[in-house]
Amino acid sequence: MGANRNGDDVTEINRIHLVGFFPNDLFQITSSWRLDIWNLVIRLCWFLLHQVFNTVHIMMGIKRVLESYFVPSGLLDEYKDLQLKKLRYLAVVVDSEEALQTLRIIKLLQWLSAIGVKHVSLYDMQGVLNKNKETILRSLSNSRLWEESHEKATFLNGGKMTLEFLSISDGREGIAKAASYLCSKYMKAKTLSGNQNERVFTESDVDIALKAVGCGGPEPDLLLIYGPARCHLGFPAWRMRYTELVHMGTLKSMKYGAVVKAIHKFLTVRQNYGK
Amino acid sequence: MQKKSWNWNRFLACSEENMRNLQLQKLLERNSMSRSIEIERERETDGTKGCCKMEKGSSGYISEFLGSIPTFLRRCLFQVLSFGPIPHHIAFILDGNRRYARIHHLEAGMGHRYGFLALLSILKYCYELGVKYVTIYAFSIDNFKRKPDELQYLMDLILEKLEVVLSEENMVKQYGVKIDFLGNLKLFPEPIRKAAEKVMAATAQNNGTVLLVCVAYTSTDDIVHAIQGLYKEKQARIQQTAEGKQMGDDDEPVECSGGSNLEEFSVSSADLERHMYFAGYPDPDILIRSGGETRLSNFILWQSTFCLLNNPKALWPDISLWHLVWAILQYQRVRPFFEKKKRL
Repeated sequence: MGANRNGDDVTEINRIHLVGFFPNDLFQITSSWRLDIWNLVIRLCWFLLHQVFNTVHIMMGIKRVLESYFVPSGLLDEYKDLQLKKLRYLAVVVDSEEALQTLRIIKLLQWLSAIGVKHVSLYDMQGVLNKNKETILRSLSNSRLWEESHEKATFLNGGKMTLEFLSISDGREGIAKAASYLCSKYMKAKTLSGNQNERVFTESDVDIALKAVGCGGPEPDLLLIYGPARCHLGFPAWRMRYTELVHMGTLKSMKYGAVVKAIHKFLTVRQNYGK
Repeated sequence: MQKKSWNWNRFLACSEENMRNLQLQKLLERNSMSRSIEIERERETDGTKGCCKMEKGSSGYISEFLGSIPTFLRRCLFQVLSFGPIPHHIAFILDGNRRYARIHHLEAGMGHRYGFLALLSILKYCYELGVKYVTIYAFSIDNFKRKPDELQYLMDLILEKLEVVLSEENMVKQYGVKIDFLGNLKLFPEPIRKAAEKVMAATAQNNGTVLLVCVAYTSTDDIVHAIQGLYKEKQARIQQTAEGKQMGDDDEPVECSGGSNLEEFSVSSADLERHMYFAGYPDPDILIRSGGETRLSNFILWQSTFCLLNNPKALWPDISLWHLVWAILQYQRVRPFFEKKKRL
């Protein structure tokens, strides 16, 4: 598994737990070889527990794969008619190592385009996708960059799919840039006007500042995560308040049916927004 | 460790009794059976109280022994689980209380009470596992949009639980829980705000498990709050520098008034983190959101870069030990991946 700690740590942790298990006197007379046997038993149990966990995971994976094969063949009628009006923006988070598989990324985008998704934000931590954006754009004839879109407000009306490439620098660093912009702007204004009133910032101020520093953008409705873990890996925080996050497994195992199923599930979700 | 576990048992004794009463109440509501069961319940309660007063007979020891088996098995499970890495910080979104009440035909608000009992159990498990920080998303700023009667019920419940914690101050101290409230407490009515401040002050010196309660909190509000804090800090520093320069050298113009250094004013993400509600606490390793929903709902958006997201379908009052164990097994499986990403 590779998830266990080094030997010293494990002994120390188990020793701490043993103190809780047995009376102190009994623990003190426990010799080290008994502790070793105890550790061995614990290690074995832990290993077995993870084997059970892995087996369940594999079974669930097989179920998902089977479902994804059934979806495109039309066996499940409910997936046939997707009303995509609700899904305006979709984001894809890919682990940077997997993002090197450009052909798979292109295939995924072709599927999304065929389904009818109009705006896709592609994110990987290290910006691998951003580096390969020319190749990706060349391979997709009906796509264009978000930055190149002249009428950003009405881009949804166009037939082309709009692509946006993001990396970790658009996340926390982007907000830090917006904070710098806001602070310098209002401190300068305060100095020039001599107004001593305390400036109270609001969320719309941050929205405006993010746009001004080039880190603004729409909040995706659905975010598909391709990678070993269900984690967004630093996708811009300001842009995923109510985004649905769906883990799709690794890019290597991606399936068209699984994408359709995730989108369909999203379309059936009802959000209360705290109400 | 032994002493603290014992205190936990004391702490839970009240809650378990409450739980039993609530379950009986639930049965009463569901089956519309009244007097006979109520009498039975009274008898049971009296019997329990009497039992404590009486000297233990052999049947008492047997029942005590049988009662301790689940605890022993749970500790064995935790012992095994602790062979792998245990998360430092687990966050929870307590979702599904209202749905639970609807499904079980309970009175409005009862779902939250059941949810509170589930929370106590989960806190106990986290403590036994050695999780140092537990965060709960108890009340979002967006929750203020709820219907007035529901909002009032929630406010009353929060106040009631805070008062319980304050009345059990010694016990909380002995156990060593440090409770911190994160969020814009100014949005709450004064009694709640004052009670929360009292709880924080009463537990500030404790060095056991840290319970972070996010109330009147959203992540975007946290970011705005951090920017506001930084702005104030920078302003104070500029004012200080200006005063210092004026006192030191009257002939020299004050640099910060015109703006070259204002233009260069830069903020790093670490500066922002210093001013966030979560400042000083590690980022969560696991986020468990009950109720099967897969969104973050404006919670720890900033702090969840390397956080495993877990979404069990169970509603919050139904959340159990197994959901927690499952989440930790998942975490142990993906931890090497997170460690690798953090090093980059």
